[in-house]
Amino acid sequence: MTPLAQCVSVTRAFGPAVAVDHVDLAVSPGEVVGLLGANGAGKTTLIRMLLGLLRASAGQVRLFGQPPSRQTRRRIGYVPQGLGLYDDLTVAENLAFAREVFGGDGADRYGLPAALRPFAQVAVGALPLGVARRAAFTQALAHHPDLLILDEPTSGVDPLARARLWETIQDAAEAGAGVIVTTHYMEEAEECTRLVVMAAGRVVAEGTAAGIVGERRTVVVDAGDWAAAVGLIEAAGLRAILSGTSLRVPGAAPATVRRILVGAALPARVHEEPVTLEERFFQLAQAGADPSSPDRTGAGAAP
Amino acid sequence: MNDSVNDWGLAGVSVRYGRTLALDDVSLRAVPGRIAAVVGGDGAGKTTLLRCAAGALPPASGRAATPGIRQTGYLSPSGGIYPDLTVDENLSFRAAAYGLRAPQARERVAEHLDRTGLAAARGRLAAHLSGGMRKKLGVIAAMLPGPALLVLDEPTTGVDPVSRADLWWLIAQAAAGGAAVLFSTTYLDEAQRAGHVLVLDAGRPLASGTPAEITAAVPGTIRLCPARPTGDPQRRRAWRRAGQWRLWEPPGAPPSETVQRGEAVPPDLQDAVVIAALAREAA
Repeated sequence: MTPLAQCVSVTRAFGPAVAVDHVDLAVSPGEVVGLLGANGAGKTTLIRMLLGLLRASAGQVRLFGQPPSRQTRRRIGYVPQGLGLYDDLTVAENLAFAREVFGGDGADRYGLPAALRPFAQVAVGALPLGVARRAAFTQALAHHPDLLILDEPTSGVDPLARARLWETIQDAAEAGAGVIVTTHYMEEAEECTRLVVMAAGRVVAEGTAAGIVGERRTVVVDAGDWAAAVGLIEAAGLRAILSGTSLRVPGAAPATVRRILVGAALPARVHEEPVTLEERFFQLAQAGADPSSPDRTGAGAAP
Repeated sequence: MNDSVNDWGLAGVSVRYGRTLALDDVSLRAVPGRIAAVVGGDGAGKTTLLRCAAGALPPASGRAATPGIRQTGYLSPSGGIYPDLTVDENLSFRAAAYGLRAPQARERVAEHLDRTGLAAARGRLAAHLSGGMRKKLGVIAAMLPGPALLVLDEPTTGVDPVSRADLWWLIAQAAAGGAAVLFSTTYLDEAQRAGHVLVLDAGRPLASGTPAEITAAVPGTIRLCPARPTGDPQRRRAWRRAGQWRLWEPPGAPPSETVQRGEAVPPDLQDAVVIAALAREAA
């Protein structure tokens, strides 16, 4: 089966800067692919190439088996970070406009979801963020796209609204659409069938959330005086992350942390817990920026 | 643990904008060395609450106790950063506003800039910083006076996990240095790290306490479901989380015959906030 979207060794340079570096990616119908990466990792550049807004410097981008074009754009639903709605048009006007652009017959075939109906005649600029995001989803889905591209679709939204938006995403995938979604929210990454982690333009990890996390563990420190413990661990050149009144020290060995605390006679319990996806992501992002790291995968050095 | 007179915060505060009650009888203590989180959706009143706590907005009723403007660091929703000034110029300007001398200010921010990856961008216009870098600059600027009270309005929204870890390092530094920290967030895993959490909805406190106290007070049961529950009201009481369906069974609700019920799971803070919203929808 032809993937809905496919990148083969896609590279994009802006002058001397390589924003996307030999990236391979394929999205099949019914799949939700999470694209993770720090700011500047190359996610947005990759999305712009898939949308046909930017040409690849090298490699191949294929949508529905063809190069990106206006015809392929017609089969894509896109929710950009900025939502892509006109602030001074109402919800109904925005949807009507999009319908015309995508060549609909002008009739309101899809209607508004119940949650949006009270807001149909409200200008988008005056909507609460959660409602505006719901409107952007409705607009992106109205032409029944085969491929959905969502750039941080739930940023700034409360948990219930976020869960409801994810129901919409999963419904679209169950109906056969392929989905590419970027997020900074690691719990949402666990909603994805597959994750692609980017750092410094490259794919540094790929697989399910459980596969990417693997069996790795993180050192956890419970010290009555957590502030003192932070100071000691940091002074030793390690990074301690506060979690409640516990400290997590990803990437450190328990014996090292114990030695630091015992050396300062600070009473503390040091144990290990499974690494979180966020911690693993953090390690991958750091390693991706360091060419000598074993975590950095992908063939060929940047030119 | 600390009931001293050095506590800041709000007691029974209400705020009106015209006829809208933006905050309705809200209390939140800011305790030195502790981090308190304010969570809630868009329009819940988080920004209004933090403006009151920072002394930037007088409440219509109730009491707001602050250590005074020179002892308060405040990250406003816009970040308070001038896009057409460089990183260094922004910091110098803020230092002058706090009445700090330049060498003193430089010494205070050097490690913060270094540690959060901003040191190499000191000469860059703030307009050319990434969103995460601008937030970090805003927090570092708010920490300049070594404030007794640090108030941060959504410091991590839209920020990638790497910058978020830097921001958490800054927040932990401030608390470890003895500041009382109040911050707002839409990320419940972050709120779970705070010593005290206030959940706001439409200007009213939905829940307040330690994360453990809030989750212990969740009414009813949460069950994992193998498939999406069908039929009302189960469908409305179900939500997706981390690839699974969860169903809230309120206390005394008869078990449904149409729903395959899986194991019960203990709620965390995110479940507590979702259930509070579901309960309000139902009411």
